[in-house]
Amino acid sequence: MATVTTTGRQKSGWGTANTIVIALALIPVLWMVSLSFKTPPAILDPSLLPKQWTWGNYTGILSTSQFIRPLVNSIGIGLISTLIAVVLASMSAYAVARLQFPGKSVLIGMALLIAMFPAISLVTPMFNIERSLGLFNTWPGLIIPYVAFGLPLGIYTLSAFFREIPWELEKAAKIDGATPFQAFVKVIAPLAAPGMVTTSILVFLACWNEFLFAISFTSTLASRTAPASLAYFSGSSQFTVPTGPIAAAAVVITIPIIVFVVFFQRRIVAGLTSGAVKG
Amino acid sequence: MADIVLDHVTKRFPDGALAVDKISLDIADGEFVILVGPSGCGKSTTLNMIAGLEDITEGELRIGGKVVNNEAPKDRDIAMVFQSYALYPHMTVRENMGFALKLAKTPQATIDQKVNEAARILDLTQHLDRRPANLSGGQRQRVAMGRAIVRDPSAFLMDEPLSNLDAKLRVQTRTEVSKLQKRLGTTMVYVTHDQTEAMTLGDRLAVMRSGLLQQVGSPHELYDNPVNLFVAGFIGSPAMNFMGATLEEGSLRTTIGDLPMSAQLKQTLERSNAGRQVIVGIRPENFEDAALVQPDLRSHGITFHATIDVVESMGSDVFVYFTQQSGLSATTDQLADLADDAGTADAVAGEETVTARLDPVTRIHEGDNAELWADVRSMHVFDPDTGKNLSLSTEPAAGPAAGSTAGPAAT
Repeated sequence: MATVTTTGRQKSGWGTANTIVIALALIPVLWMVSLSFKTPPAILDPSLLPKQWTWGNYTGILSTSQFIRPLVNSIGIGLISTLIAVVLASMSAYAVARLQFPGKSVLIGMALLIAMFPAISLVTPMFNIERSLGLFNTWPGLIIPYVAFGLPLGIYTLSAFFREIPWELEKAAKIDGATPFQAFVKVIAPLAAPGMVTTSILVFLACWNEFLFAISFTSTLASRTAPASLAYFSGSSQFTVPTGPIAAAAVVITIPIIVFVVFFQRRIVAGLTSGAVKG
Repeated sequence: MADIVLDHVTKRFPDGALAVDKISLDIADGEFVILVGPSGCGKSTTLNMIAGLEDITEGELRIGGKVVNNEAPKDRDIAMVFQSYALYPHMTVRENMGFALKLAKTPQATIDQKVNEAARILDLTQHLDRRPANLSGGQRQRVAMGRAIVRDPSAFLMDEPLSNLDAKLRVQTRTEVSKLQKRLGTTMVYVTHDQTEAMTLGDRLAVMRSGLLQQVGSPHELYDNPVNLFVAGFIGSPAMNFMGATLEEGSLRTTIGDLPMSAQLKQTLERSNAGRQVIVGIRPENFEDAALVQPDLRSHGITFHATIDVVESMGSDVFVYFTQQSGLSATTDQLADLADDAGTADAVAGEETVTARLDPVTRIHEGDNAELWADVRSMHVFDPDTGKNLSLSTEPAAGPAAGSTAGPAAT
C-alpha cells in the first residue's frame, strides 16, 4: 500500500515537473505563433489568442523576395553542406570505427576540438579570409564553414553506427572479392543508412538554424539565409516595428524543424531496431 | 582446385604477441584438413592468414604453387564460411549467394544458374527471396555454405561453421559438410575447437597449442600415437586418463597398481632415456569391469579395486568415474592447458578423476568398491617435463605426420 501511494506521489511529482518544463519551452513558441496572426495595432495586446486573426503577416513576407530568396538560400546551402559533410563524415567515421592508423587519436581530438570551439572567436579571422578569397557573400562562403562544423557531429554520430555493424561482414565481402571501397559502398554503407539519415538531419538542422556566420558572411540577398534575413525586415514605414512579419517568418522557419524532428524520431527508432539486423 | 602450402608461417601481432609460430603444413589438392586446438591456440589466425585477412609476419604461403603472401583475399580464389555466417542482412538469400559472382562481373544468367544449382544442393530453393533475418539458424548456415559453393573456389576455409547450431543440428550438418566436401572434391581447411567434429570430419588433423603445431595426422594416427601429453589428452572423448608413475624394476608403479611393461616398451623407454618419474596415459575404453574380462585377456592388464563415484549409463556404454591420488608430482603446461580447456583447472590438487568406459552389461553401481581391469597394451608413457610420448617406438610425429610437416627444401 505504502509503495503504491509513493508511486502515485512520484508520478504526480514528475507530471508537474514535466508540465512546467514543457510550458517553459512552449509558451514562447505559442506567443510567436500568436503574434504572427495579430494585426499591427494589436501587437501590444497581452492576450494569447488574437482578437482579430489575420494572414497578412504571412502573405506579406511570402510575397517579397526579402524572405523568399533567403529561404531558397537556406535550403540550398543547407542541402549542399549536409551532402558534403555526410559523405566526408561517413568515410572518416568508417576509418575511425574500423582502422588503426597513426594519428587516429589526434583526428578524433581535432574533431572534438572543432565541435567545441566558440564560433564567435572565428568570425573576425574568417571574415577577413573570406573577403580576400572572394568568398564573402557567396554560397560557398557559408557552405565551407558549415561543412567544417558539420563534420565533427557527423563523424561522432556515424562512427557509433559503424561500430555496431559486425566486422565479419566486411571480411566476408573481402573474401567475396570486394575491394575495400566496394565493401564500404555495397555492404557497410547500406547497413549504416539509418545512421546516415539521422546524421543528415542533425547536420541539416544545424545549418538551417545557424545565425552567426549567416549574418557575418553575407551582405545581400545573393547568399543571406532565412534566419539572417529576419534581422533585415522593415516595417511598412520606418517608424513601424516589423514584429508581425518577423514572427510569421520565424514560424515558417520552424515548420521544417518540427517536421524533421517528428520524422527523425521514427527514423532513429527504426534504425536502432532493424538497421543492423535486417537493413 | 589447388594445394595449400604453409612454409614456416609466423604471425606476430603489433603488440608483440606471437600467435602462430613457424607453422609448416602441406595441404594436398582435394584434401579435408582440420585445424584443431583449444581457444587461443592460433588456429583461427592461421586460417585468416590463409584467407588473406591477416598479414603473414614471416614465412611463405603458397596456394596452387603460387606465393600469395601479399595477394588480397579476392585474388586468392578462396571462399570462407564464418562462425557468425556474416550474411549480408540487407540482401536476399539469392543476392547473398550471388554477391561474389556479381562483383566478379559474371553475366546475370550464369549467376542465376549457379545460385539455383547451389540452392538445390543445399535445399534452399524456396527461401531464395527471403532475407537472412527471416531464416532459422540452420538455414543461415546453409546460405553461408551456399555463398562459398557458388564461387567454385580452389579452396574452402571454414571457421567453426557449426558452433552456432544446436547440438542435434550440428551432428546432422556435420554429416552434410562431409558429404558436400566429398562431392565437390575441393580442398577444405576447417577450424574447430571441438575434437569430435575434428575426428569425424577430417582426412587429416593438425593439432595446435599456443601457436605451435603439435602433430599432424589422420584421426586414427593421432588417437593411437599421440606425440605428446597435449595431443593425447585433447584427442578422444572422454579424454585419456593420466596418472603419475615411477619406473621400478621393469614395471610402472602407479596408485592403481604396478603396470607391467612389454619388452618392446621397456626397450623404447631405455632408448629414450626416460627418467624414473613418468606420466602414464590410459584411455577410458582400456578399462573394463574385471568380471567381464575373458580369462585369456586378463594377463594383458592388471586388476585393481576402486570406489565408484558416478555411473553414467549411455545405453551402448557405461561410463564410471572414480577418484585416485593422481601421483602427478608436478603439473606440466600441457596438462594445465588441457585442464583449462576442459574447465577443470580448479579441481582438487593431487586428486584425479579417472573415467572408465565399460561394457553395458556391467553390474557396477555407484558407491561400489568395484574390481576393474586395465589393459596395459595400449597405454602411453609420457615424460613429465617435456610432455613427450616416450612409448612411441619411432621419433616424434611418427612417419606420416613427419612427412606432412616437412618443409619442402627444393623450392
